[in-house]
Amino acid sequence: MKTPYSAFSLLRGALNGQKHWEPAWRDPEPRASYDVIIIGGGGHGLATAYYLAKVHGIRNVAVLEKSWIGGGNVGRNTTLVRSNYRLPQLHNFFEFGLKLWHGLSDDLNYNVMFSPRGAMFLGHNDGDMIKLAERGDAMRCDGIDAELLTPKQIAKIEPLLDLSRDARFPIDGALIQWRAGTARHDAVAWGYARAADALGVDIIQKCEVTGFVKDGNRITGVETTRGRILAGRTGICVAGHSGHVAGLAGLRLPIESQTLQALVTEGVKPMVQSVIMSQSLHFYVSQSDKGGIVMGGDPDNWPSYARRGQPTIKEHAIAQAVTCMPALSRLRMLRTWSGVTDMSFDGSPIIGPSPIDGLYLNAGWCYGGFKATPASGWTYAHTLATGKPHELNAPFSLERFMTGATIDETSVGPFPNHR
Amino acid sequence: MYQITCPHCGPRAQTEFTYERTTDSVVDPAGDAQTAMQALYTRANPMGLDDEIWRHTYGCRAWMVLTRHRVTHEITAVKAIGPEALP
Repeated sequence: MKTPYSAFSLLRGALNGQKHWEPAWRDPEPRASYDVIIIGGGGHGLATAYYLAKVHGIRNVAVLEKSWIGGGNVGRNTTLVRSNYRLPQLHNFFEFGLKLWHGLSDDLNYNVMFSPRGAMFLGHNDGDMIKLAERGDAMRCDGIDAELLTPKQIAKIEPLLDLSRDARFPIDGALIQWRAGTARHDAVAWGYARAADALGVDIIQKCEVTGFVKDGNRITGVETTRGRILAGRTGICVAGHSGHVAGLAGLRLPIESQTLQALVTEGVKPMVQSVIMSQSLHFYVSQSDKGGIVMGGDPDNWPSYARRGQPTIKEHAIAQAVTCMPALSRLRMLRTWSGVTDMSFDGSPIIGPSPIDGLYLNAGWCYGGFKATPASGWTYAHTLATGKPHELNAPFSLERFMTGATIDETSVGPFPNHR
Repeated sequence: MYQITCPHCGPRAQTEFTYERTTDSVVDPAGDAQTAMQALYTRANPMGLDDEIWRHTYGCRAWMVLTRHRVTHEITAVKAIGPEALP
């Protein structure tokens, strides 16, 4: 058992020069076979491994990561956590996750710095307000908190928003979810990794999957840069690279990979209290605990695995944010980055069995994977342990695209580049 | 950001163009429902070259096919499509 992180451990360490700490996870050599192999050591993969070991008692598990854990999208997002979706399949799934978020630091014995500071969608006209009210009603019917705000109420929370009537984008109100907020993205990956490792999960880094071991219509293992590893069940959990890895198994997915960019400014004193989003415009702004203003917007609407974005897309998001909150124009941009997102064809994820026996899919998170980390791990672990979906991920099957039961929050249809 | 050589207008900024879909995702009107669903709802999504339909939306508005690399963004071929490109 690892030394728990606690004030007591810290005090004890003070007496021996803090020499009792061990690495947070081991660096094991891959074994010849495992009960379950999870491809991808990001937030979702590590969470899946943790819940497999903790909830289902399956500890003979390996997480294979081609580079280092947490180096993909869990390290490239804007750390927003919320469950304010209109469609019941989505908000029930994300709400299950949000409840896990609220107890995650205690559960993992790792401070993920979850900060439920409230997340608001702005409404800029009557149509927006009707849609936001409808969304809020749908959420409240399922017991999820949602509150409509008037501009006066918004001004108390976010006094720097331009709430004047002659604003370029007038703000008529907002829908806030108070239990939503942000978390420390790296800590989520590291916390799940440490907790999974403590339960016996092998986290194998610098181990890229290059192919699958097939026996008829059954996947029995993977070929990797560190040799062949056999598995009872294999789960793909590689975010933006889902199309590529599934392609190694001969599958074509309803996924197109696109670049999503984000940026952060220099650190300043608190000026953005909540998470501010506008879906009519499409920008989102929050302030990190270090003080930087974190911003993002639309994906680059064309396929790419390059992890570098087009500056004009960033410019759009910045222009919208600065228009709504003019004080932001005084800040200097510190860093920008991109991630590869797996844009699905209805905007919702795919978690469940694949058409190939022994192979499972967790993919299609579009630009909303981070908030789903605990719920994704929980339901994927259930699916990998039992071979059947959990009731929460049952609607998110791969078959839904063929049967027409798509879960399309924005009613766009099969056009990931128009989402 | 890079330049795309429009078959009609020559090299132009990428911001003038919009991506539509890949050539293998065009529904064949003569095909059955299964192939139509495959075309609409699946993609090869390779980490390499793919044939993509783009449009010079903020220029001459013509459609074209780019053979483009998904990692390097290198465009190896541009081909005009539409009635004007028919033999």
